[in-house]
Amino acid sequence: MKKSHLEILVGLLVIVLLVVGTLAFVPSGSEGEEGWGGADGGAAEMIDQTGYIPWFDSIWTPPSGEIETLFFCVQSAIGALLIGYIFGYWNASAKARRGKQGEE
Amino acid sequence: MHIMEGYLPIGWCIFWAVISAPFVIYGIWKMTKMIQEDRRILPLMAVSGAFVFVLSALKIPSVTGSCSHPTGTGLSAAFFGPFVTSVLGTIVLLFQALLLAHGGLTTLGANVFSMAIAGPFVAWLVFVGLRKTGKVGLGLAVFITAAVANLVTYTVTSLQLALVFPVEGSILTAFIAFAGIFAVTQIPLAIIEGIICALVAKYIVRVKPEILKKLGIIQDEEIAKIQGEAV
Repeated sequence: MKKSHLEILVGLLVIVLLVVGTLAFVPSGSEGEEGWGGADGGAAEMIDQTGYIPWFDSIWTPPSGEIETLFFCVQSAIGALLIGYIFGYWNASAKARRGKQGEE
Repeated sequence: MHIMEGYLPIGWCIFWAVISAPFVIYGIWKMTKMIQEDRRILPLMAVSGAFVFVLSALKIPSVTGSCSHPTGTGLSAAFFGPFVTSVLGTIVLLFQALLLAHGGLTTLGANVFSMAIAGPFVAWLVFVGLRKTGKVGLGLAVFITAAVANLVTYTVTSLQLALVFPVEGSILTAFIAFAGIFAVTQIPLAIIEGIICALVAKYIVRVKPEILKKLGIIQDEEIAKIQGEAV
């Protein structure tokens, strides 16, 4: 196996193990609430306890969790599309270059 | 790391906005100049920005039983430095503030400072330092850079909140409490982010080394070595 492929494989494996291991072994949720909440919310909760009242609300909040997911997906889709397009382009032109050199 | 809308008093909102604005403005200028000088770096800039988009959309479970997201700024910090990164980060934070109610317009300055300025700045210094020694390969250097960008971002967020909301009059106690929520959660995420960025950086060396060479990130000798691994 090429060293570069091995590297990618090991890298992905470590990532999967980290995520799966976390989900499997870490007790989820803080005190009876829904587990795996956002850390941002955790900090906001801590601030709420001090009696602070936020003075400004988001001008627009996604009306439901589904809509929020929609925009998160849109965000990563935009990114993934760009990366895929450019990587594909680079990869093909690198191959074409190598092919030309091979013929000469 | 998002400080939610309205969770900073107005004085602090203005303070962080005033500090962040010059970085972003200089970043925009620098970005335009770099593209004008050589349009070939545009795709690499787009890829780096796209990475911030993808990685900061992924909420990953962590050891503290809560979820948080990587920042994705490491790649851009290593390739383009902190100023260009501050622009890319600001775009993402604006997107999230407007469409996702993550972070906010009033707290934008503070969030830009932590994710798009402080994190990338420290990370960039680390990257340049590591590469100057000549002993750290690109993959490892990018791994460390991305992890540092991530961890510094969340440490700064904790500090920003602690300054405003001291616990029993102590900023330090508050900092430790916020860091417990944020920074500890980030450790596995920083590792994940580091791995992804390192793999991507090496991939770019294989398919498009000339851009990185032009940016002074890598020299011929190392390019040949990394490309040799793929044969």
